[in-house]
Amino acid sequence: MKILVPVKRVVDYNVKIRVKADGSGVELTNIKMSMNPFDEIAVEEALRLKEAGTATEVVAVSVGPAKTDETIRTALAMGADRGIWVKTEEAGIEPLAVAKLLKKIVEQEGPALVILGKQAIDDDCNQTGQMLAALLGWPQGTFASKVAPADGTVEVTREIDGGLQTVSLNLPAIVTTDLRLNEPRYASLPNIMKAKKKPIAETTPAELGVDIAPRLAVLSTTEPAGRSGGIKVASATELVDNLKKAGVL
Amino acid sequence: MATLLLAEHDDATLNPVTARALTAALALGAPVHVLVVGAGADAAAQAAAKLDGVAEVLLADAPLYAHRLAEPVAALIVSLAGDYDAILAPSTAVGKNVLPRVAALLDVMQVSDIIKVVAPDTFERPIYAGNAIQTVRSGEATKVITVRTASFAAAGEGNSAAVRPVAVAADPALSRFKGEDIAQSDRPELASARLIVSGGRALGSQENFHAVIEPLADALGAAVGASRAAVDAGYAPNDWQVGQTGKVVAPDLYVAVGISGAIQHLAGMKDSKVIVAINKDEDAPIFQIADFGLVGDLFQIVPELTAEIAKAKG
Ligand SMILES: Cc1cc2nc3c(=O)[nH]c(=O)nc-3n(C[C@H](O)[C@H](O)[C@H](O)COP(=O)(O)OP(=O)(O)OC[C@H]3O[C@@H](n4cnc5c(N)ncnc54)[C@H](O)[C@@H]3O)c2cc1C
Ligand SMILES: Nc1ncnc2c1ncn2[C@@H]1O[C@H](COP(=O)(O)O)[C@@H](O)[C@H]1O
Repeated sequence: MKILVPVKRVVDYNVKIRVKADGSGVELTNIKMSMNPFDEIAVEEALRLKEAGTATEVVAVSVGPAKTDETIRTALAMGADRGIWVKTEEAGIEPLAVAKLLKKIVEQEGPALVILGKQAIDDDCNQTGQMLAALLGWPQGTFASKVAPADGTVEVTREIDGGLQTVSLNLPAIVTTDLRLNEPRYASLPNIMKAKKKPIAETTPAELGVDIAPRLAVLSTTEPAGRSGGIKVASATELVDNLKKAGVL
Repeated sequence: MATLLLAEHDDATLNPVTARALTAALALGAPVHVLVVGAGADAAAQAAAKLDGVAEVLLADAPLYAHRLAEPVAALIVSLAGDYDAILAPSTAVGKNVLPRVAALLDVMQVSDIIKVVAPDTFERPIYAGNAIQTVRSGEATKVITVRTASFAAAGEGNSAAVRPVAVAADPALSRFKGEDIAQSDRPELASARLIVSGGRALGSQENFHAVIEPLADALGAAVGASRAAVDAGYAPNDWQVGQTGKVVAPDLYVAVGISGAIQHLAGMKDSKVIVAINKDEDAPIFQIADFGLVGDLFQIVPELTAEIAKAKG
């Protein structure tokens, strides 16, 4: 079976972002960008399924502007077979539009499984996988901590409030990854070299016939209310006194 | 028209986050109907009917809805959507799973994790792990919204709204429930607890977590949380994780023990009223947001603190 893995280019998780003073957004020039951490987990899971002989091909797809191919190249260096780049003018395409674009790619490629991250760490939306499942009329196994394909189905263990839930989904299906699904590999130098020769096909929202105009208007982006540090106390006794005074005990 | 709020419950009991999400729903200004989806969920529906401000409770009760799987629950909500101009759910595992599926089926863009209702079509929501706050306006015909419940106070109780059964929708028959592993605990639930004690990587083992963190939580009557590092290392179960990609909490008191204070962790707890940090590194970032910091070895400090609190409460 073929596996499609949507990967998003986001500000690296180690970067402390800065909000622009005029409220127009977040400072993105000269900022380190990386693959969304949950998408690295998605790529890793697809590669493991290929190494186990379950999957035959792993295709990485990303929607975004100039340099998005770097992120696709990272997936290829990890071991994905080829890439698809849906080129846009801007970054920050909304999940509903991304899901519509991915639906078109799914229709062209015919994967049995699409593995996405549960959440992009820039918009923190946690929507795209569920939306893609809805648009395709496929089942969804979100927040996966275990993925086990069987005959015509896939068993997904999900991280839910209070514990774990296991569901069995008819294939084709959508899976979104949680942090504990696996630990992604680093790309080795030979694999980085090999990845340079792997193909990345390019397309556009217009070619795919999808309207990506935003549905939500972002009126402003501001700093969160700050919180300043308090005092250091010397002992447990002093702490308890202070907590009593603060009225929380 | 009206607003539909998906209740969070386990059939027998209504989860307190529902009352918090209700406050957000009421802020939209229209009558609020609470939808209880389950199997044998009458008790949860009765509890929802008591919440102040609820105009009506809709009860969809059928074996099909026993585990609130995304495919049938989304189909049900879509079958009801015509009567509503807004559909809300708390940002729980169920809400986050189901609502984007509803949004896509209605061809609308969801507004995730709102922390404030500015106007019926305008909301504040955090991005980049809460390091920026966006104000967004939705022009969608049906607004589909998940609510960060830690940011809203709970609605009161004293109501007796009518409970109306609703028809079961078609079963998409795409997925099956296989099993679940839910921890039973007498402690308060993390998402709505008034007091929380969280442990980090510094605990070093599951045994230490159990022997050091849990007695302090029990002395306080607090819920237990953990950093991702502690969860990944197996010291604490996954649903205890607090942070950007775990639970977001805002208790009266949050005690962070052996947690460095990475932005992904702060994203889940920095709106707590009083924050206490216990860490042996006086430069740990957690101290920059802590109201009270104790520098030292947690293995010495926490048992002392546990004893002091037991004494104070004694
Ligand atoms: C995509 C993504 C999502 C993430 N989501 C989350 C999330 O939701 N929640 C989350 O928590 N993290 C999350 N993280 C991880 C986060 O970046 C940090 O790695 C994690 O929070 C660190 O956990 P920690 O503070 O327990 O461990 P560490 O950073 O290792 O800190 C341990 C602390 O304990 C102190 N210490 C050690 N020994 C003692 C002692 N004997 N007594 C007292 N203090 C001691 C040390 O000084 C140190 O400050 C995420 C990361 C990524 C990439
Ligand atoms: N522009 C994009 N290109 C490729 N994949 C994306 C894009 N946006 C979102 N995704 C996928 O959808 C997941 C969830 O994103 P979100 O719904 O924005 O939180 C990500 O982890 C990716 O797998």
